[in-house]
Amino acid sequence: MIEKQVEVKLKSGLQARQAALFVQEANRFKADVFLQKDTKKVNAKSIMGIMSLAVAKGTVVTLCADGHDEEKAINALQLLIEKAN
Amino acid sequence: MIQVIAKDVMEKFNLKLVSGEEGIGRYITTSDISRPGLEMAGYFTHYPADRVQLLGKTELSFFEMLPEEDKISRMKRLCSDETPAIIISRDLEVPQELIDASNENHVPVFVTNQTTTWFSSRLTNFLESKLAPTTAVHGVLVDVYGIGVLIMGKSGVGKSETALELVKKGHRLVADDSVEIRQEGENMLVGSPPPLLEHLLEIRGIGIIDIMTLFGASAIRPYKRITLIIELETWDPEKFYDRLGLDEEKMKIIDTDVTKLTVPVQPGRNVSVIIEVAAMNYRLKKMGVNAAEEFSRRLDDMLVVNDEMDDY
Repeated sequence: MIEKQVEVKLKSGLQARQAALFVQEANRFKADVFLQKDTKKVNAKSIMGIMSLAVAKGTVVTLCADGHDEEKAINALQLLIEKAN
Repeated sequence: MIQVIAKDVMEKFNLKLVSGEEGIGRYITTSDISRPGLEMAGYFTHYPADRVQLLGKTELSFFEMLPEEDKISRMKRLCSDETPAIIISRDLEVPQELIDASNENHVPVFVTNQTTTWFSSRLTNFLESKLAPTTAVHGVLVDVYGIGVLIMGKSGVGKSETALELVKKGHRLVADDSVEIRQEGENMLVGSPPPLLEHLLEIRGIGIIDIMTLFGASAIRPYKRITLIIELETWDPEKFYDRLGLDEEKMKIIDTDVTKLTVPVQPGRNVSVIIEVAAMNYRLKKMGVNAAEEFSRRLDDMLVVNDEMDDY
């Protein structure tokens, strides 16, 4: 199980399309992945969960993953939300 | 953590602010309410300062009988650094000593026109529900025949699709994918959707759909007590699944144990029917009819009879 704090740099935050991309990426991995904002933690493989967090630009979120490809999952997802476009 | 401030109480109950306006952002951390009768008499040893203080006719009429210097000192001690708010009931007149002390220590003082006991119970209910411990789980909450069924399971196992089938059969959707749960009382878990996701369901291949617009107001519920958890998982031939239903598995959410059934999913197994039956069977069990136990008892009787026959 690994955890990493990441700042969201996407211009408009995790809006619907970005959230869908994020979830799609998370689903490529076997590991259980979670995204946490403040005290709310949701399954990163669920689009509704991710959207319910309403993550805006500049928010610091915590990514956690548990499973044999956890490292890969965290790195890929971090890349995605730290992209600035 | 959800916090309640004095201002929330003021807005909820339409209270009139009298003094101590600067303290309007004070946090209320407990649902207990104190009626400081003994404190008015000068006994502050066990003064529960962190509670909302409610002054009624009894306390205030006693207070009126005190000599002037006691009045000042007791109101000063009542307005401690911790006191979240002081509320006067029945529209009684606020003593000048309290106004002075509260302005000095920034403790908000409110007035309500309701009677003390009535207001006290309403305030307790409000604070208890606001301060209830909460959590969020990944799952779908559906009201099936009046039973709040929380469908859980890994991503992609078919939770939302099952919920859609249940809705088509006339059951009600509460929340899809992310369920916010609060423990409102002992053994009482209430689930609701995050405000952003109300009435929405996501089906792979279609996208996000609005259940209320598609199926009407009867297809949704804003919140529901959770009484049964059904965990869906892909059929594992190595795993043992309950064949009798004699034992009950429990899952703990916050402080409450909820009955949990594990249902394997496989092509050809109609999950929504299984969930409907599970909900009805759960109701039946609560009413005292337990098919599994009844069967087991019949079997035992038969075995005893056979045993006796052998003895001849």
